[in-house]
Order: sequence, then C-alpha cells, then structure tokens
Amino acid sequence: MKNRKYTYLTNSFILGLFLVASVSCERELSDETKFATFPNTAEVFIDGFTGGLDYFPFSGSKADAFTVDTKESYKGASSMRFDVPNVGDPDGAFAGAIFRLASERDLTTYDALTFWAKGTVPGLINEIGFGQDFGENKYLVTTNLQLTTNWKKYTIAIPDASKLIAEKGMFWYAEGPEDNKGYTFWIDELKFEKLGTIAQPRPSIVNGLDKVETQFLGNSVSMAAYGLTQTFNLESGVNQTVTAAPAYFSFKSSNTDVARVSDAGIVTLVGTGTSKITATLGNVKATGSLTVNVPGSFPVAPVPTLAQNNVVSIFSDKYTNVPVNYYNGYWAPYQTTKGEQTIINGQNVINYTDFNFVGTQLTTPLDISQMTHFSVDIMMLELPTDIDLLLTFKNENSTATTFQQNRIGQSYQLDSRAPVVYPSADFKAGVWSTIKIPIRPTSETSLDKTGVNLIIIENIKSSNVKTIYLDNMYFYKE
Amino acid sequence: MEKILKQEKMKKINRNLMLIKGLVSKALLLVLPIFVISSCTTDEKQTVTTFSELVMADEFDTDGAPNNKIWGFDIGTGTNGWGNNELQYYTKRTDNVKVENGYLLITAKKEDFNGSSYTSARLLTKGLFAQKYGRFEARIRLPYGQGIWPAFWLLGDNSDEVGWPKCGEIDIMEYRGQEPTKVLGTVHGPGYSGATSISKGYSLLNDRFDTGFHIFGIEWGPEYINYYVDDVLYNQITPANVTGEWVFDHPFYIIINLAVGGDFLGAPNNETVFPQTMLVDYVRVYKNNKLN
Repeated sequence: MKNRKYTYLTNSFILGLFLVASVSCERELSDETKFATFPNTAEVFIDGFTGGLDYFPFSGSKADAFTVDTKESYKGASSMRFDVPNVGDPDGAFAGAIFRLASERDLTTYDALTFWAKGTVPGLINEIGFGQDFGENKYLVTTNLQLTTNWKKYTIAIPDASKLIAEKGMFWYAEGPEDNKGYTFWIDELKFEKLGTIAQPRPSIVNGLDKVETQFLGNSVSMAAYGLTQTFNLESGVNQTVTAAPAYFSFKSSNTDVARVSDAGIVTLVGTGTSKITATLGNVKATGSLTVNVPGSFPVAPVPTLAQNNVVSIFSDKYTNVPVNYYNGYWAPYQTTKGEQTIINGQNVINYTDFNFVGTQLTTPLDISQMTHFSVDIMMLELPTDIDLLLTFKNENSTATTFQQNRIGQSYQLDSRAPVVYPSADFKAGVWSTIKIPIRPTSETSLDKTGVNLIIIENIKSSNVKTIYLDNMYFYKE
Repeated sequence: MEKILKQEKMKKINRNLMLIKGLVSKALLLVLPIFVISSCTTDEKQTVTTFSELVMADEFDTDGAPNNKIWGFDIGTGTNGWGNNELQYYTKRTDNVKVENGYLLITAKKEDFNGSSYTSARLLTKGLFAQKYGRFEARIRLPYGQGIWPAFWLLGDNSDEVGWPKCGEIDIMEYRGQEPTKVLGTVHGPGYSGATSISKGYSLLNDRFDTGFHIFGIEWGPEYINYYVDDVLYNQITPANVTGEWVFDHPFYIIINLAVGGDFLGAPNNETVFPQTMLVDYVRVYKNNKLN
C-alpha cells in the first residue's frame, strides 16, 4: 500500500478542533513580543507528552490508532503505540495523526528530531516528520522510515533549524497496512536533539532537475509541487533526504517582470517572457531549477453552444455537471499521470502532466442511449510527433464490462473497433482542439449505453506528453 | 615583484600570529587532559605533544602545484590498486591536486581515465624527506561518503630494499568516508600487517571529521608511538603491543593520499557524492628532542 496518496488529507481533519485552534494560532504568531520567549524544550514524548501536546488524527484514518502503551517501551515506563488497521477496517483505512503543541517552541538550537522505534513487522512508514500543525504547515518536513522488529534509533534532520523560532507541529505520521495487513509500531524517547553530526547539506528543487515549461500569464504554481528536498549525511554515513516545505528555501526569479516567487514558494506569472527560478537553503545553493516560458494568457477553451437540455456534461463551466468521483483516479502501480482539475484565470480546466493514462470515474452510471456524440476539448503545449490517444467509454459493472474505443491520433487505421475520430495532424501547440466522437451502435462496439461510468484516455504510443489540458467534456445529442 | 613579496611576507606574519594564538589557546586546553590522564595512569609519556623543534613544514601558502622540493607523486594504479584493490587512477593534474588559498587540495573525481573510473592523487616525500622518530602532524578537513578513503601515513624509507611490511608502516590517520565520525591509527609490520595490523579508532562525539579541520599526529620515539587527534591522546603503541618484530627505529617518509574504494572500505555507491576534496592546512614534522 505504498502508493496511497495522503496529500488530500493533509489539510483536512476533525474540523471543529481545527477552527478554534487556528484562530488562536494566528493571534499568537502576530504577537511579536512573544517571539523571543518561546521555550526551547526538546522533549516531545518521553514517558508521556511534554508540555500540552494534542493528538489530532487525519480524517479517514483510524482515530484510535494511537495510544500510550504502558507495557512496552524502549526506556522508562511507556511508549507511543500505533495500531495500523487492516485493509477494509471500517474504522479507518490507515493510521495517521499530528501531535501539536498549544503554544510554540523555539527549536533553533537543534538539528534533528530523534526517536526509538520498532514494529511487529518491518514496515515502511509512508510519511513521518514534523512541522505539520493544520495551520500553514509552514515548516513541514516529511520522510519515510523503514522499521525493524527491534528497537532502533531514528533521526529526521531539520532542513534549517534557524527557521524554527516558533514551531507547534512536533510530530506527524501517516501509515497504511503492509501487504493489506495491519500491524503495530511503537515510538519512544521522541525529542529534538543537537547531534552535531548532521552535515553536508545538499538542498534541491525540482528534484535536482533543470526543468523548462510553458506557463500562462496570471497563473500561479507552487514550487512544492516540483519536489523540494534537503539531504544530509548522517552520523551513520547514510544520506537522508527529507521533503522540505517551501518556506525553508529562499527562491530567486531571474526576471521578476515575468515571475515572482513568494516566501511560501508560490510562483506567480506576471508578464510574458522567460524567467529561471533558483533557490538556496541556509545559504547553500539548491540543485535544480524551473525555467518558465510565458507566451501570454492561458487560451480559453471554446465555449460550447448547445443548450443544456441536449447535453449530459461531465466537465464544463457552461453546463451543470454530473457528479464525478475523480478526474484522475491514480491507478497504482503503472500510472504516471499527475494533475487533475485546476483553475486557470477563473476557468475550470483539467491539467495532466507526465501523461500515460488517466480515468474519470462518474459517481452514478450515465444512460447515454439518447446521445449521439461525445465532445472534449484538448490542448497540448508541446506536440509530440507520434501522438496517439485511445479514448474509451466504459460500462464497468459487476456482471460485465462493455466499451466503445476511439482513437485520437495517427490517421492510419490499426483496429476497426477503435476508429480514428480526430487526426493528430490537426493538433496545434497551445491551441484548443474540439473533438467530437460519434456514439456508435452497440452492435459495433459492445458498449451497453445504459450505464457508462468510466472514461479512460491512454497515451498508447507513450508519446512524450508533458502537459495536456482538457475542458468541456460532455455527451450530447444533435 | 617586491610588492608581491611584501604581501606574501605580511600574509606569512599574520598567519604565524594566528598560529601562535592558536597554540596558546590549545596549550590552555591541554592542561585538563593532562591532569585527567595522569590521574588514571602513571605513564608520564602520555601527554599529547612534547616535541617542539620544527624540522620540516609545508604550510601550503603558495598557490599552484605542491612544492616539488618536499612532495613527489605516485602515478597510476600501482599493482592491484596499490595492493588494496583501490579503484582510482592517481595523477598529478591540478584537477586532482593543487595548492590554493593556503590549503593543499586533493580531489577525488568520478571520471573515466586510463581504464579507471575515478582519479585522485597521492603525494609522498620519498627521496625528499624522511626522519626517524619525532612528531608528525597534519591539520586536515576530510571528505566523506561510501568508498572515500583518505590517509596521512608513513612508510619505512627502506621499503625498496626490504619490502612491505618489513619496512614498517605507521598510519597516522585513515578514515572510511561512510563512518564520518571515526578515524583510525594503525601500525603494520612483519607478522602484523593488513587484517592483523595493530589499530585503534578514535571517534568524535557530536561532531564529525568532514565539517571542520582536525589535527592528526603522532609522537614517535624509541619503543613507542603516541597517537593524537587535536588535544586528545588516544593510543600508545609499544613493542609490547605488536605481534612481531618492532620495525620503527629507522627513517620513514610521509604519504598523503585520497583513495577511492578498496578492500578496506568497499566501493563507492550511487549515494557517494563526487567530487570529494581533502583539505590539508599544513604538514609539520618536529624532531624528537628528548633523545640524548
């Protein structure tokens, strides 16, 4: 279960508690006179929580996964115990929580969070770290961790401790079952330390790559989405890489008339032209860069003209849309496609990157018996020469799966069951193409039109499709 | 020309002042360890340093190639990677060895070169300087990473006549890049070489050897070799400790090198960061002035 995505959880949790706490947090952060007086207490959990720590499980997680165990400990009388649920546990699909202080601590004198841990199985804790407070999560740090069945000491390096003058998020984790099975792990002697052996920082942005991409005027992107890490060499000789929040970095735009970067790592495209975004972390230059080419504003997809009563819309600002479970149901392990619904210049669009295949799952199966066509607008910023997409409407239910397949791409015919409905030669880079696909008789396709619930688009030639936009996805009758 | 010389001289003087300052503070610090040691042992030799008559020093103050009146080079891969299955090809190119800003820089690079996958450098005073007994020390900031093997060591000046290990070998400092807090001091001789050498490690607490400079030294006299790091004397080796003939009563020459891979520590892996540079601030040799 290592491909489980937790990102959608990171800002959501038991809301009642959050709202109250968040308000008080804002007030305290802006109170400058308190800054110098935050205590530098190191201990988080020794034989109990040190200093008013609260436990907040993630929504959807097994809320009682955490307990204080007085029978098991590395040292002293008790330890933190985490019971990861089995797959299908009605109480929650995973274990995950933050441990937050009511008031801030000054952690600037430490260089790592350390603890002892062991598991009933040598599980890999998917995400573990500190700096998550369900507020700004400004100095969030995340890594993963391989347990052993014996007590072992672990270190999570602080990317730049000088930033941590007022930190509440002492510890957080999220872990799913191993091979579908739940298990238990324990953490003890959880504290911040000045080890003195955390060395050789090698920060990186954009996962250390020099990426060039087209962005549109007025758009904003978060550098966090491009992979921000800090790597240290630990005393053990092991290089440890943690994911570090943007606020640890100082970003620089080579052309502030084109791109500006906020302290929170949000890049805003303010003019046409080119700018290279680079960064430092604690005065060390980060490897990697993001070069943005801004040709102008994002082109708006053509507004559909058909009346609502002739349309069953899946994604469009013009129409009322049917409920959709997801526009990208990340299918492990082979799917690389990232991205989903986004808003550009106030317009809802779907934006996929690293596109190999993707699916849109409808909440309720659609009866399209009365429909004659399916329409979708597609735009790519760079056009691969060999683009060939396979678009499939599926009726996937418990008794049988039926489908109609359609090719958007090469004009030669490979398979009569998947006719070319739009030739790839008609695509133009940065220009929307409206693709209208006839709904064929069931006798030709097998598709049971009474219950279509899945639309899949596949990049069947594995073309290098860096960025693809979709809009105005709907069935209609002429 | 004159102006340049003057500046050089100024730099030298400032440097010496700094050194004196450094020595003074060091001397103050020394008091404590001496008390501690003498309180738990009667062996009065166990002070960190006692020899102060400087015989030879390279402060690496002239940019460019190392001083060829002090240092020669081993070039290539030796036999079986210098007897240890080391992976580097030693060169004397400025890519691998140079003096810059007051330091000797020995740099290990990952590059295909004459059939090897790495290049680096090995400097030695063989034929240029050798001494029996005394104090040998260097101030070094070490590199790091799996498979990175720097060393500051001595080899018997009769190595070409009697061979190794009969010539004797005194490793003042060697270090595995994957263990960045620990150095080793070792002697090799007939009957106690390689895996059976006489060795002791010294580890830093809450610090490591690749983030700052540390002084690695020995004081060597008849029937003893004392090993120290900074202000800590951490080992003494005497004829009673070695499991064979004591072969440390003749002149030895100095070697400083940065090896990559080898039986001692294994090969680099894809976590090893290249290039890796070892910085040497100085090498100093003092006479054993307690003789006669």
